[in-house]
Amino acid sequence: MKKLMTGNEAVARGAYEAGVSYAAAYPGTPSTEILENMVLYKDQIISEWATNEKVALETVIGASIAGARTIAAMKHVGVNVAADPLMTFAYTGVNGGMILVSADDPGMHSSQNEQDNRYYATFAKIAMLEPSNSQEAKDMIKIGMEISEAYDTPVLLRMTTRVCHSKTLVEFAERENIQKKPYIKNVQKFVAVPAVAKKLRLNLEKRLKNLEEFSNKTALNHIEWNGKSIGVIAAGVAYQYAKEVFGEQASYLKLGFTYPLPMDKIREFSDQVGTLYIVEELEPFMEDQIRGAGIPCIGKEKIPAIGELNPDILAKALMGVETTALEYDKSQLAERPPVLCAGCPHRGFFHELSKRRNIMITGDIGCYTLGAMSPLNAMDSVICMGASISTGHGAQKIFEKFEENMKVFSVIGDSTFFHTGINSLLNAVYNKSNSVVCILDNRITGMTGHQDNPGTGFTLQGDATNITEIEPLVKAMGVGHVRTINPLNLNEVKESLVWATSQTGPVVLITRWPCVLKKLSNQDKEEFGDYFSKCQVLEDKCTGCKMCIRTGCPALQFNKIDKKVKIDLAQCVGCEVCKQVCTFNAIEKVGKTDDEC
Amino acid sequence: MTNVKNILLVGVGGQGTILASKILSIGLVEAGYDVKMSEVHGMAQRGGSVSTQVRFGKEVFSPIIGIGDADVLVSFEMMEAYRWLEYIKPGGKVIVNDYKIPSVPILMGNQEYPKDIAGKLSAKVDTSVLAAAEIAAKLGNAKAMNIVLLGALIKAMHLTEIDWESVIRRALKPNLAELNILALNAGLNA
Repeated sequence: MKKLMTGNEAVARGAYEAGVSYAAAYPGTPSTEILENMVLYKDQIISEWATNEKVALETVIGASIAGARTIAAMKHVGVNVAADPLMTFAYTGVNGGMILVSADDPGMHSSQNEQDNRYYATFAKIAMLEPSNSQEAKDMIKIGMEISEAYDTPVLLRMTTRVCHSKTLVEFAERENIQKKPYIKNVQKFVAVPAVAKKLRLNLEKRLKNLEEFSNKTALNHIEWNGKSIGVIAAGVAYQYAKEVFGEQASYLKLGFTYPLPMDKIREFSDQVGTLYIVEELEPFMEDQIRGAGIPCIGKEKIPAIGELNPDILAKALMGVETTALEYDKSQLAERPPVLCAGCPHRGFFHELSKRRNIMITGDIGCYTLGAMSPLNAMDSVICMGASISTGHGAQKIFEKFEENMKVFSVIGDSTFFHTGINSLLNAVYNKSNSVVCILDNRITGMTGHQDNPGTGFTLQGDATNITEIEPLVKAMGVGHVRTINPLNLNEVKESLVWATSQTGPVVLITRWPCVLKKLSNQDKEEFGDYFSKCQVLEDKCTGCKMCIRTGCPALQFNKIDKKVKIDLAQCVGCEVCKQVCTFNAIEKVGKTDDEC
Repeated sequence: MTNVKNILLVGVGGQGTILASKILSIGLVEAGYDVKMSEVHGMAQRGGSVSTQVRFGKEVFSPIIGIGDADVLVSFEMMEAYRWLEYIKPGGKVIVNDYKIPSVPILMGNQEYPKDIAGKLSAKVDTSVLAAAEIAAKLGNAKAMNIVLLGALIKAMHLTEIDWESVIRRALKPNLAELNILALNAGLNA
């Protein structure tokens, strides 16, 4: 049976077929759907949302040591969080096979950087596989498990956005009957104290040599002979782009196993071709190694190292082919930036926060990062998951030391708080911070498409579970000033911001209201009620002052001709933020929405 | 790229471009084509500009295309057709929904919605303007405009031999299938 699948769906299918028993991840684009699809195989695979990527990898390491085949999946920056266990698990090796999926995001479609995670394979000295389509993604999970167990190594499966999110045809197979390996206590392997690690360190080098031998032999790295005047070495989706551009004009060394590189096979190939191109996205990862081995080649001197590639970019870089495209005046196009949804509970909070003076707002990763955009402009910095609280703490200390009249507000979502915000808050409490930590709890992981988390009451596999309540948690951590507020009530928000500013010692403000797109649980319905309705503008009262427009709600439109605001009833959910902002009482509530909204 | 056809579907987050692309892809696979489909997720879902690319032929390598490569551009929104116009191959075709969704800078009165987009498109390329939202609303639900546009695309690509009704019946729940089959046929006959 052949089916059109994304690379992410194919990884989940591969896990099923390869006899995987345990998988964990923290959601992050473009990796999220790997674990979401793992749920399809609930009877065979325990799949879990971990609280962060380090935790995900560690749970998977435990499952591997216990004897099962396991997978951890994360976006590229998630591997930074998981790097600590990764570097030492590389020393100990596995019991049950283990694959770490890194989903890189060249072009930064939805990421804060475009780091090339292939370097993690060289850094940790572990085997690496790179699929170029969904079929390969599925097959590489199976072969990756075999490599992992045969060579006693974690395997890095490095994907990119276009492999993760492109649908290509996949042939299914049955699930392999993989016996769980017995757990045998082995201190000399799994207790990485210095005396043991020194021995493991030597094994690591031996293993790399064995893996290089495998790399030279395996069909994952194969030559496709055509004309020999041009030779192309490529891996991942870049291989597909090269095939598109050169077709049968070039011969290919297609690499699926990319660390350690098959240097003998590369030499055999390069000896027989004229011009040798190394086609890879982002950094010259293969090129530097190939050049280092004394093999002349052309790569990043022609092919861009920044952003995504595509066939046109390659054709232009290597063959000088310019694409002909229509030319037209784009200056009349209006921008269409992503925005906080109509009824988003973050809007009211940011609207009030942005009005305060002498403040610095440190932000974090999630939908609420959109608070940085016009017209709210309510963010001064965004670095990485959990950084809002810790960067805010550092900034507050410096403002105080140099007697500058500045208050720092750190803004973080519920899932991001559970991810790494808790550590940072503990640090702020311990080091007597005077910053204000605002936890925007919208009862779900929003940006990646509504994944459950420790605050929602459900697991990835849909089972009811324990709930971690944020307010008692932060109190237990030693925060003396804590308030939970409704972010849609602007007076409550405003008054709480004034209160928070006047306190000494760490303050935590929790805004608690569900994401407007969330499918409400029974518990949500009980707590928040059926609050959906509509608002409309009373035209005779509207003065066209645009105060409501400054909330940035996409349901509000300013009509330049009659100088009035209109509310799009299809989008409005009756959150009443605009109604509270209007000083002319020109917005009124008009009742319930229909069910489909 | 000679035997491979490239279709680019664009619109605004929430307009149903992905469902239309999915139905299109399933039909093409069943007709025996090699198919690759690529979509952009993430930030674009929050009311931003979205795009899906579908490539089909005997053998398809790259899942994505570049500027000047699309045989057909189907735009679910007027201004988005103009934004993505550079992706059209000279001599290609544009199918555009006669439907405007003002973006936030326009809603705020900071930028203007471009005037006479249909005219601007027609001056550059073979353009069909389709009142898909109106057609779908008459059939019972304006949201089915995505399948009206799919019908128009199928006609333009001469893919009417494929049993699209059967694909829709299998891809959608029974209560949605009937409306969407009407929408498909309305698009085919538009």
